[in-house]
Amino acid sequence: MTTTPPPPQTIATRVPGETDPGASLGPGGNGRGKVSRPRRGAIAKERLSSPWASGIAIVIAIMWTVPTFGLLVTSFRPSADIRQDGWWNVVTSPSFTLQNYQDAMTGSTRMVDYFINSLVITLPAVFIPISLALLAAYAFAWIDFKGRELLFVAVFALQIVPIQITLIPLLSTYNDWGLAGSFWTVWLSHSIFALPLAIFLLHNFMKDIPKSLVEAARVDGAGHVKIFFQVLLPLLMPAIAAFAIFQFLWVWNDLLVALVFGSSQDIRPLTVHIAELAGTRGQTWHLLSAGAFISMIVPVIVFLSLQRYFVRGLLAGSVKG
Amino acid sequence: MDEILNNAGLWIEYYTRPVREWLLDADGAGHKLALMVVAILLFVGVMGGILALVDRSRRAPGWLVTVAFVGPALAAITFGLIYPALRTIYSSFFNRNGSEFIGMDNYIQAFTQSQFQLVLRNTALWVLLVPVLATLIGLIYAVVVDRTRFEKFAKTLMFLPMSISMVGAGIIWRFMYDYKQTSAEQTGLLNQLLVMVGLDTKQFLLDSPENNFFLIIVMVWIQAGFAMTILAAAIRAIPDDIVEAARLDGLTGIKMFRYITIPSIRPALVVVLTTIAMATLKVFDIVRTMTNGNFGTSVVANEFYEQSFRQLNAGLGAALAVILFVLVIPIVIYNVRQMRISEEIR
Repeated sequence: MTTTPPPPQTIATRVPGETDPGASLGPGGNGRGKVSRPRRGAIAKERLSSPWASGIAIVIAIMWTVPTFGLLVTSFRPSADIRQDGWWNVVTSPSFTLQNYQDAMTGSTRMVDYFINSLVITLPAVFIPISLALLAAYAFAWIDFKGRELLFVAVFALQIVPIQITLIPLLSTYNDWGLAGSFWTVWLSHSIFALPLAIFLLHNFMKDIPKSLVEAARVDGAGHVKIFFQVLLPLLMPAIAAFAIFQFLWVWNDLLVALVFGSSQDIRPLTVHIAELAGTRGQTWHLLSAGAFISMIVPVIVFLSLQRYFVRGLLAGSVKG
Repeated sequence: MDEILNNAGLWIEYYTRPVREWLLDADGAGHKLALMVVAILLFVGVMGGILALVDRSRRAPGWLVTVAFVGPALAAITFGLIYPALRTIYSSFFNRNGSEFIGMDNYIQAFTQSQFQLVLRNTALWVLLVPVLATLIGLIYAVVVDRTRFEKFAKTLMFLPMSISMVGAGIIWRFMYDYKQTSAEQTGLLNQLLVMVGLDTKQFLLDSPENNFFLIIVMVWIQAGFAMTILAAAIRAIPDDIVEAARLDGLTGIKMFRYITIPSIRPALVVVLTTIAMATLKVFDIVRTMTNGNFGTSVVANEFYEQSFRQLNAGLGAALAVILFVLVIPIVIYNVRQMRISEEIR
């Protein structure tokens, strides 16, 4: 075993890139936490006392919630009511039902199947790029080899390639290989598209781990594999979580890749199905509203429960769009 | 010899068929979930296997270790990004089925035909308006909720649209824009508001060209949360002594915002603007879900899909993809240059 001392807590909880946008903001560095309690209170009072600021905040908050709220209310209204009048009428004549959800899940739209497809598509598309990117990021951060800088910059630059530019050739390759219409096309595509960002993010985090930790393990005779698993991996968990959430939301919410590679009935995810429903039966609001929320529930739960990591990941700087 | 190899090939094909069928044709929930587990284990297992081999052989040369670590990722990137991108650039100089070299014709068509000029104009509108509006709203919101009692909750409200799909957002807003005749009972909130102030109802998504703005609002609605998060963090990071000094100099309110906040968070502003601009350039789902690109609302990313997979004009589709790529480049260059400048200052 190595005699490496336990790493200082700050490494595990702090995200390297977090200061990226912030740190460069001015001399003197980061002033967070320096404010003493009473002063914070004073500032808060000052802000709250400005009616203009409160007014603006409330107006924006309403504009950002009412659209979703309206559709959510609609999804619980009887379909006859939905056709007849607006959702705000529930205030005067409330009537709610779960029928829309039942219809959407099991009726002719069979959302249950597409829900499973979404899940089956998403999980491997999160795990595969992480395992590939971890290895590559380790090499870029801790193995000295010729052309390392150049290769890393190349990988970094590939983040900006719009995936549109790859779709047609990839599709014909999958066809040649007899993979078309299977989950493998979607898994492979999502994994590959995620790699540049994954490698970049994980590399940044790995670089931030003190060299002394790795050196100490090396002196103790640990090889790359041992260092990777025993020293780095535990410290990288927050970073991995951050990227995993990104990728999860990205894949679950993706429409383009799924349309191109996975539109066959057997593997199409929720997004494709709902987009099609919107195109062909655009006025069946009882199905559309329930379907939309069925597709949103998972990402919203993931997002709300892991928001901390997500924000860190955002602040670590991403240019994927 | 050939015959033996041939036979062997047939044998292998025959005996692996059940396996291949199981791997490729998944139907039924149980089968799909099992396949999912197999896929994850396969990749993670292969990775682990490579590592174990490298580790086992103590005398493995350095280059082999390096290849084992970066090889899989680089191979995947080459296969799935670099090679297809080059192929697309190549086929953008060919006709619709790739049988005839036609030089720049696809590009000329994309820039001169009025149908595509409209697409380019719309894309320009999106790329100019979405980043500016989303950043402006995100910034204002970040400032007004900063350090209030409801800060966390208020931020989550604006942030939530980021977690849902653009398809979902498209549906939410289509419902907002729902149209009924003025005399009828309204189901769309915005038309209801119009009726309440005594105006005629409006076909928000059909009336060109303003329908573009109503689609743009959806993207602003999604992206403002991103802008708000980054900018709020940047505002927090402004050193207190600077704020304090400015306060002693008598700066308050708007002036404080203009002369202290904005200059201090300039690098973050650039990151936010460029990141949203890049995301906007590739926006496809919103247009697809809300108007299908009809009524003069198509953008480059949507037109790419339309030409490639609906009209089956591979050459023109490829050219549009390349145009998309070329349009990203100036944004990235600007971004990188700004990063450099702010790093030098640091």
